[in-house]
Amino acid sequence: MTEPFQMDHPATDRRLDDMAQGLVGAPLDRPDGPLKVTGTATYANEWQVEGMVHGVMVRAPGNSGRVVLSNTAEVARMPGVLSVVQDDRMLRNPAQGGANEAPVQGPHHAAYFGQLVAVVVAESFEQARHAAQSLKVTLDDAEQVAVTPEGAAVERQTDKTLDQGDLDRAMDEAAHSVDVVYTTPSHSSSPMEPHASIASWEGEDLTLRGSYQMLKFNRNELADSLGIHPDRVRILSPYVGGGFGSKLGLAPEAVAAAVAAKAVGRPVSVALHRQQVYEATMRRSETRQRLRLAADAEGRLIGFGHEARVSNLPGETFAEPVLQASHFLYAGANRKMSLDLARVHRLCAGSVRAPGEAVGVTVVENAMDELAHAAGLDPVELRLRNIPPTDPESGKEYSSRRFREALESGAEIFGWSDRPGVKERREGDWLIGYGMASAARVNVLKESEARVTLLSDGTARVETDMTDIGTGTYAILGQIAGDMLGLPRDSVEVVLGDTNLPSGSGSGGSWGASSSGSAVYLACAAIRQQIAQRLDVDEHDLLLKDAQATFNNRTETLADILQGHEIAKLGHVKPGDTSDAVRQATFGAYFAEVGVNAVTGETRVRRMHGTFAAGRILNAKTARSQCLGGMTFGIGMALMEEVAFDPRDGHVVNHNLAEYHIPVNADVPQLTVELLEERDDWASPVQAKGIGELGICGAGAAITNAIFNATGVRVRDYPATLDKLIAELP
Amino acid sequence: MKPFDYIRADSPDQASDHAAQGGVFIAGGTNLLDLMKLEVMTPDALIDINRLDLNQIDETDDGGLRIGALVSNSDLANDTRVRRHWPVLSRALLAGASGQLRNKATTGGNLLQRTRCLYFYDRAMACNKREPGSGCAARDGFNRSLAVLGTSEHCIATHPSDMAVAMRALGAEVETLTREGETRRLTLDQLYRLPGDRPDIETVLAPGELITAVVLPAPVEGRQTYRKVRDRASYAFALVSVAGIVEMQDGRIARADLAFGGLAPKPWRDADVEAALQGEAPSDALFKKAADVLLRDAQGFGENDFKLPLARRTLVSVLEELTEARR
Repeated sequence: MTEPFQMDHPATDRRLDDMAQGLVGAPLDRPDGPLKVTGTATYANEWQVEGMVHGVMVRAPGNSGRVVLSNTAEVARMPGVLSVVQDDRMLRNPAQGGANEAPVQGPHHAAYFGQLVAVVVAESFEQARHAAQSLKVTLDDAEQVAVTPEGAAVERQTDKTLDQGDLDRAMDEAAHSVDVVYTTPSHSSSPMEPHASIASWEGEDLTLRGSYQMLKFNRNELADSLGIHPDRVRILSPYVGGGFGSKLGLAPEAVAAAVAAKAVGRPVSVALHRQQVYEATMRRSETRQRLRLAADAEGRLIGFGHEARVSNLPGETFAEPVLQASHFLYAGANRKMSLDLARVHRLCAGSVRAPGEAVGVTVVENAMDELAHAAGLDPVELRLRNIPPTDPESGKEYSSRRFREALESGAEIFGWSDRPGVKERREGDWLIGYGMASAARVNVLKESEARVTLLSDGTARVETDMTDIGTGTYAILGQIAGDMLGLPRDSVEVVLGDTNLPSGSGSGGSWGASSSGSAVYLACAAIRQQIAQRLDVDEHDLLLKDAQATFNNRTETLADILQGHEIAKLGHVKPGDTSDAVRQATFGAYFAEVGVNAVTGETRVRRMHGTFAAGRILNAKTARSQCLGGMTFGIGMALMEEVAFDPRDGHVVNHNLAEYHIPVNADVPQLTVELLEERDDWASPVQAKGIGELGICGAGAAITNAIFNATGVRVRDYPATLDKLIAELP
Repeated sequence: MKPFDYIRADSPDQASDHAAQGGVFIAGGTNLLDLMKLEVMTPDALIDINRLDLNQIDETDDGGLRIGALVSNSDLANDTRVRRHWPVLSRALLAGASGQLRNKATTGGNLLQRTRCLYFYDRAMACNKREPGSGCAARDGFNRSLAVLGTSEHCIATHPSDMAVAMRALGAEVETLTREGETRRLTLDQLYRLPGDRPDIETVLAPGELITAVVLPAPVEGRQTYRKVRDRASYAFALVSVAGIVEMQDGRIARADLAFGGLAPKPWRDADVEAALQGEAPSDALFKKAADVLLRDAQGFGENDFKLPLARRTLVSVLEELTEARR
């Protein structure tokens, strides 16, 4: 076992660059890919546990009041029904990401329409579903509660308030300025795999097969919810069919399955219906954002104001962190920022696809486009002029920042110089426009552990409770281990998603690859050290490749060196002083061409490019795929994505994938991605930063800015659906 | 899903008999099964008609087509005769749903699909279509996709079909088999009723009456198009759609057959719109006048107010295209 490695100093040795196997960075396929496309990767709800029965959850038909189940006895007598369970430990709403403890509990009072308040258990899924639909749920003593942020009580987040210099004066003195309000709607993660859990008890020990992103936290959340010791809980989550933030924290179905399984004495499977995923997991808060930008005659920012209002349920502390990148992206000596949290009785707001920057940077980038137009500057040039030398608030250096190169290279690849003037280009019925936006996302390293075992046959096994939510964890951890130990990719087995294994960082906030990858790297470094000691050579003089060691002009197979033994090491990385010593973030730029139909106002993206820099790229294919996914969701955010709430009771109206619109293939044109090479010694031992979410952090603005270029219309209320455009089209 | 009986019909007569006793026909099931899972529809029995011999497309003596009720949307869209002579129908079909759904969905089933009004699908919401007399939660709710023509105080749902809009423009008729063993023909206008005070009753079909075919009249002269306006490029219901067939003679509109989707509880056709165009020389003013006629009684409910200008713009554009009067 090795000591935890704390990231207190830059990791300047960059050992991955010295390795001979050539895996890290290569665009290798995901080993789980063939399993997933052939249906042989077993997802949570697909396990057939012996004796398993089925639970279906029941919703509150209102947003407040005491929950009354009036015909439980009758329902309990329906065919196949084993129990109608309503237990104090059931969750009001999911846990926030990283909560590590139970969220608000209690199914007896409704806080929002669609809250899950009971579970009906039956022998078959169909029996359970019919019985659940037959259960009569009413709400007594319902009150008038706020369901829209406009009418709600608001709490200022004082720790998020910044007042530096004098923004009002800067606005007065500015040669060019914009003062605009944008709104963005709620979004739903909409993972393809609905939330599902199978709970089985052996005595007092619980095994939960679930679909979760951060298992070490989820285990504690589940144990705390149930009032048992975490050692009694094991969570298995080897394959996750998309999470996008909605599976960061424990969700209602897990506790419902656990209490129901205890109640009926059999394993219980609870899968949320698609409608329940939309109604009772997590939403991204809607936002109202006021941007004030003040610039001098040359377009250099002298003031930067970003004031936002978001919302959440009473009792929840999470406030969509829309200001996150505003603190460091652009210059401007006079700065004012604030974040207000409105208390509304809608489903819980939490992390959804790049919380903060996805909507925050997008609106900043719209405002920057408005400023460029006001100042008569090329939008790329405006940004180039406002790249701050150091963090504009703290004065800290940036760890690594190829922002300028991303803007310049992206513009070159896209052909930005061919940008038409506003309302200048038309092809038939289609008004053509170009738009661009910057990308920015904070970088985070999280504590992470992994065990690597070099087996006596010269193969290796990597083990951690880290998850792969479709992002490529199986691929990259094998690549890092393979490079460090000199093994072909196929000689490394990667085992994930089991809380009995060393605790990984979990998948979220883009930190998964760099954090869990660093743990694997550290474990492998310790194994290399031990091999070197055994061979009596300096570790730096040890060349490992194709399961052979070359040292002192000799070559031996690893199997021969190991002589029937194996070497197991735990890698353990912790964030340290480098998190605060410098400003760590990832950067990029998007460029989009759209066509807006002059008759109907329909917008179609014709092409889109992104250039990104995020430290060392561990796998060029999976990194690119993350960026493609982010840009695709950027198209959705710009043009169609919106959780529609009924203004009277706050229920989610469009609660299925036919009506909650995310882009389909026909909406997504050829997307191109360029990844800039970078090493960030401050970020992690493997010099990687997070790239998972960077692709969405501003993407939508490139499209809405292109709509302005095409039509001269600014849609400041997302999404830019056709009804917001036609009134102003010729 | 409420437990139900399943009966596989061997003959149309047998199917009709079973359905008359409270059963519901199932063909592709692309809409019905969803509704049953949600218990929005709770039939006592499903009468599976998939084994009936209703999946042929035959030419009729007068040069039209007789399309069996079980012909899939995909097969109908790709039929070379349809593509050549009734392209508006092929385009409308391909504008609907997704490839997977079109493979499963049938001609008869498409006509009888239920509205996509989200308040209809949510049993916690008042809906006169689902539960007569309970009220309409959609009217003052999120009504962006709902109707502006042909509504009543009891229901503002739209009919979701693209195919039916093209068929309405083409003057198609459905052929049915009644429980008494009689065959009858109904135009689509006759088939669908407006909601009035009974939005739960959507067609004039009697209990047990089975749609066996759709008959297209012989092809007509002129240009055809189907324009569907929607929130995303595929797999989205029409906000507004227009099926148009326009024949020009000597620079004047000899005939204009126009039907509209996304606006009304049924595929909409308005003889006055067509009369306003017939015999006239195409012009922007004429097209706008036609749109005025179309929308003379239109009423928005807030979120869907935009459908009025959208329908106007789309109709004008379609007429420009079909009369070759492009700006």
